[in-house]
Amino acid sequence: MQPTPSSSPDAAVLLIPNQREEIERAESLLLAAMERQAYPDAARFAVRLALEESLVNAFRHGHKGLPGDTPARVEFAVTPSTVELAVEDQGPGFTPGDVPDPTLDENLERPTGRGLLLMRAYMARVEYVGRGNRVEMTYKRPAARGQEQV
Amino acid sequence: MPTGSSRLRVKQEQAITQVEFVDRNILDEANIQQIGDEISALIDGSTMPKLLINFANVDHLSSAALGTLITINNKMKGRKGQLRLANIDPQIYEVFKITKLDKLFSIHQSTEAALASFT
Repeated sequence: MQPTPSSSPDAAVLLIPNQREEIERAESLLLAAMERQAYPDAARFAVRLALEESLVNAFRHGHKGLPGDTPARVEFAVTPSTVELAVEDQGPGFTPGDVPDPTLDENLERPTGRGLLLMRAYMARVEYVGRGNRVEMTYKRPAARGQEQV
Repeated sequence: MPTGSSRLRVKQEQAITQVEFVDRNILDEANIQQIGDEISALIDGSTMPKLLINFANVDHLSSAALGTLITINNKMKGRKGQLRLANIDPQIYEVFKITKLDKLFSIHQSTEAALASFT
């Protein structure tokens, strides 16, 4: 994982292999940036969960069949009002509509398929772009969300 | 228990097995797999097991951890057992609510309440 030379303290582009310590280092960088912008604990919980789930999807599904050391690309930019987060894998892409709704009674006992649901629940925007191998997400500070609703 | 590399602390009282997590964050896939294997080993071979999973130490969990809990719940049902969850942090309880798994699991605010709910 190497920050690019252009990374500013609250924005970074990282290449993350599927290793726990590298994932945690990326999380630490993102959470530290959010702390500098005084995001509350609940916001950091939400964004960390979204990053975890998107990286699990990247490695487990996107990189299925690819060499184990294939890295995923993580980009984030933290401003006082939003956290922009993108995770891009090197796989063939996926179609979000193919994921069955895990909250339906008939799917409640299925052990998989909840990552995307959680990402959508906690983030203001979740969008798959390109061939479906890159997910872009936006978290809005709760005050900013409230102002939008007025 | 805990044994050297166990991810769980296990206590057996009366006929109830109580499980606590060693880790505050249940995110790592290898750890989640191990947790699933360890809990499965506790209930495999039991008939009508009673299992209480205590989340008091847990700050974060992922959908993969939820999946393991569902697998455990399915095993418990297959053995006509009783599974209770307790002491779930409000942020994590929100995850259960979003996924509607609060409907699937028997969730209690305290260990005492969970223990009292076994029949």
